[in-house]
Amino acid sequence: MVAKGRIVWVSGPAVKADGMAAAKMYETVEVGDSKLIGEVIRLTGDVAFIQVYESTSGLKPGEPVVGTGQPLSVLLGPGVIGKIYDGIQRPLDEIAEKSGAFIGRGIQTTPVDMKKKYHFKPSVKKGDEVGPGYILGTVEETPLLTHSILVPPDHAQGAKITDVAPEGDYNIEHVIATTEKAGKKVELKMYHKWPVRKPRPYAERYDPTVPLVTGQRVIDTYFPIAKGGTGAIPGGFGTGKTVTMHQIAKWADSKVVVYIGCGERGNEMTEVLVEFPHLLDPRSGRPLMERTVLVANTSNMPVAAREASIYTGVTMAEYYRDMGFDVVLVADSTSRWAEALREMSGRLEEMPAEEGYPSYLASRLAEFYERAGRVRALGSPDRAGSVTLVGAVSPSGADFTEPVTTHTIRFIKTFWALDTRLAYSRHYPSINWMQSYSGYLEDVAKWWRENVSGDWYELRAESYQILQREDTLKEIVRLLGPEALPDEEKLVLEVARMIKIGILQQNSFDKIDTYCSPEKQVKLVKLMVKFFKEAQKALKSEVSLADIRAMPIIPQLLKAKFEIPEDQLSRLADLDKQVDEEFRKLGSASSKSEEVKVVA
Amino acid sequence: MPETTSGIEYTKVAEIKGPLMVIDGITKASFDELVEIETSEGERRLGKVLEVGFGKAVVQVFEGTTGLTITGTKAKFLGKTMEMPVSQELLGRVFDGLGRPNDGLPDPIADKFLDVNGEPMNPERREYPTSFIQTGVSVIDGMLTLVRGQKLPIFSGSGMPHNILAAQIARQASVVGTKEDFAVVFAAIGVQYSEAQYFKRSLEESGALRRSVLFLNLADDPAIERIITPRVALTVAEYLAYDLGMHVLAILTDMTNYAEALREISAAREEVPGRKGYPGYLYTDLANNYERAGRIKGKNGSVTQVPILSMPADDITHPIPDLTGYITEGQIVLGRDLFRKGVYPPVNVLMSLSRLMKDGVGEGKTRADHAEVGNQMYDLYSRAQEVRALAEIVGRAGLTGTDLKYLDAGDMFENHFLKQAPDENRNLEETLSRAWEVLSTLPEGELTKIKEKHIKAYYKGSK
Repeated sequence: MVAKGRIVWVSGPAVKADGMAAAKMYETVEVGDSKLIGEVIRLTGDVAFIQVYESTSGLKPGEPVVGTGQPLSVLLGPGVIGKIYDGIQRPLDEIAEKSGAFIGRGIQTTPVDMKKKYHFKPSVKKGDEVGPGYILGTVEETPLLTHSILVPPDHAQGAKITDVAPEGDYNIEHVIATTEKAGKKVELKMYHKWPVRKPRPYAERYDPTVPLVTGQRVIDTYFPIAKGGTGAIPGGFGTGKTVTMHQIAKWADSKVVVYIGCGERGNEMTEVLVEFPHLLDPRSGRPLMERTVLVANTSNMPVAAREASIYTGVTMAEYYRDMGFDVVLVADSTSRWAEALREMSGRLEEMPAEEGYPSYLASRLAEFYERAGRVRALGSPDRAGSVTLVGAVSPSGADFTEPVTTHTIRFIKTFWALDTRLAYSRHYPSINWMQSYSGYLEDVAKWWRENVSGDWYELRAESYQILQREDTLKEIVRLLGPEALPDEEKLVLEVARMIKIGILQQNSFDKIDTYCSPEKQVKLVKLMVKFFKEAQKALKSEVSLADIRAMPIIPQLLKAKFEIPEDQLSRLADLDKQVDEEFRKLGSASSKSEEVKVVA
Repeated sequence: MPETTSGIEYTKVAEIKGPLMVIDGITKASFDELVEIETSEGERRLGKVLEVGFGKAVVQVFEGTTGLTITGTKAKFLGKTMEMPVSQELLGRVFDGLGRPNDGLPDPIADKFLDVNGEPMNPERREYPTSFIQTGVSVIDGMLTLVRGQKLPIFSGSGMPHNILAAQIARQASVVGTKEDFAVVFAAIGVQYSEAQYFKRSLEESGALRRSVLFLNLADDPAIERIITPRVALTVAEYLAYDLGMHVLAILTDMTNYAEALREISAAREEVPGRKGYPGYLYTDLANNYERAGRIKGKNGSVTQVPILSMPADDITHPIPDLTGYITEGQIVLGRDLFRKGVYPPVNVLMSLSRLMKDGVGEGKTRADHAEVGNQMYDLYSRAQEVRALAEIVGRAGLTGTDLKYLDAGDMFENHFLKQAPDENRNLEETLSRAWEVLSTLPEGELTKIKEKHIKAYYKGSK
């Protein structure tokens, strides 16, 4: 039975309707004469409390509310990649076609083109036994992505294929297979729907051991994240959260990227839309848009859909994971999602916990981050996929003790703390190397050792130690000035500065520096560590620090990151030789001067 | 705002508290609807519906509730949301905070009526802003480049010259290589009479007033009216930009007063507050104003926003500058120290940022070395500030040779690059050559953010 009620009260995105005894919690409803989309979030007697995903301006008490019987769901099938959706999976290009440059209300759309034909290749045959998650066949969704057509997760186990479409071109409404179990026939199409608030099931969870390579030195080398892992980027405004999120979305070595712009700037989504079709994936050479899905609920779009946008995005990510792909989901920013929760909670007159946020904030965050993971998908053939979740956090006043940040930290394993002070000195990415941490360091070390360089772990530790020593020495400098330190310690400061400029700082807007391959990362770190050791030796053999500081190799080491492109990495070996060469010269010069002294 | 006579009239006022009025016996009213209120003395005021249920509506009265009575007050529900009449005739006119003429001239003839709340722009239809605006202010053009369609606020403090800077931008802003002038939409939100006058005079003297529209809600005007002032101003800005194809510079001052009016209403509604008593939806509400900047695909015009806000006690972590910074595309922060030193414009560059600079500068747009020079200037000034702090402890004698060079370069940065007169209009070439003059005082090896080829072309210092 479908619930049919009428509006009795309107206040912003919150609407109360009576006569709704037949409604279910989290059921999608159509509100008012203009059929705005809403969701039931509380039931008291026959009164339903509804959050409306569109502007309620002009809504009147007495207008009808009609249930749909369905929870908020997304459509999953070929055609999703390359799209930009609003928070409830309506394509923004279709909305624009219907209402122009500004977003109108009550617009009905379909998430993907139902008429577009895809070339389907079956991988099952009549008589095969299938169950949830089995691959029925494949279609080419984009040149970058072969899309597996899955048996929906809620399908019966052990059903027999009674009919399957032969290889050919079909639109996604076409029935491509029919199954039967105990006399019950089910028709399967290229798509199915799945409720966004319910995690998609999988067979088994694996430990994350493979790093997600992002091409960002401070992330990959110092604070890596694993495929299937979780990470958070908290930072005040202007610290470069969004740029870092964009960098991950651009360069991460995953098969699919889901980018959620949650309560952020309109121009940022436009930037992705403008830039991604022109940027080429460094591995395949294809446009990045062919692997990207965007979900946009900008800060001026209705607040209730902001809450939904996160779930819409993660459900789509899980769907591609189930095909056996590595998926990265970046959510910018989870704080705006938490604020949307707070706003609805306030209108529900719930008792607030800290700073007005509802008491269930922590559990909602936990539920979201738990949807990350590397898993064995349901069904056959056997395949593993992953969802990596990266959430930006926008703490008010850049204060990391506020509720959203403190609760997020409890549920993530990689923490990239953005530092306002670093941003003010234009050290980008402004990831603070003393505050940040990665829980995956040991897990991914094996991969680096086997695939990039045997001494990665040691090099990382040695260079990181220089930074740590600098951090303690800085305190002394602040009190007494740099001249109070012995030369050996001044050298630490000097090399730490070189590591900061030459490795930690990375210019996202520079054509070469924006992406740094694992090989280049290791080589750069190796050069710095080598320079440090050679300089230490030189100091011991009486070379003056001033001479070391004046070495012509230093600016070259600092600029190698943007002067040496990926296809000329052999030039790094030349730099390595030059380091040897220059130190040899310094050494012989100083021993000569000593000889002179002896003679005199 | 022309007066309407249609609509349903109610007389049962149940409660009046703060800026709110609760009306009973409602049979037909909708959320956000405009309400015309007539006091027992026959005075007319405007309001809008904040909450509506069967038989009851909560109305926010823009001009305040002073003098309203439980009996004798009439409320007419006008069956529409608040609208602003727009046409080309608005140019050169002055309006009050609700969009009614206050220059003694008659109502302009409307081309159409637009809902002041606007609608969210579809990100898919936005044109990404990339056209450089030359403001003639070195620090902005060189390091904090403004582009058409950007929203770049000025974070100021009491007594600092944000108005002079905003007026200078309004007078001098031009897009290099075009003859198109900017139209200026100015919204005064709770500012003093003298500040509004300064701005008006400055536009008059430069002859820009005839392509300007002014909205004035002064400090002694009703506080609740301030909720509407930026909305009517931005509605007009959008009309000029997208209907008439003009490039519009919208200056909103002071957004702190706007947020305070919002807090007043929230308190009267007894809502659960967020930080410092401001409502939890302050972010969304501010965004609804700030996001009304930009460009649209296939349309010629643009809305560039320069909101001004004063940071209470110069605190940038206060909710108003904090949330603003999260929405706008950068910020220009004025610094008390520089202001005391007598440097104009007293822009604290290290705290300032223009997020869209990267897309507005470079080869084919400004000059190939522009972005790198900007970055290196930041680096220079940041190092200079560190060295300054150090010099206070250990004295000049305790500094190394390179540090001393930074110390001097920092002074030169402030006096030769940052400082300029309020009527001095420097073109980009001059700005960049001044920047190179400052950079050239450092040894070449220090310029780690600039590519070799640019150093070869412009560096004038010694190795």
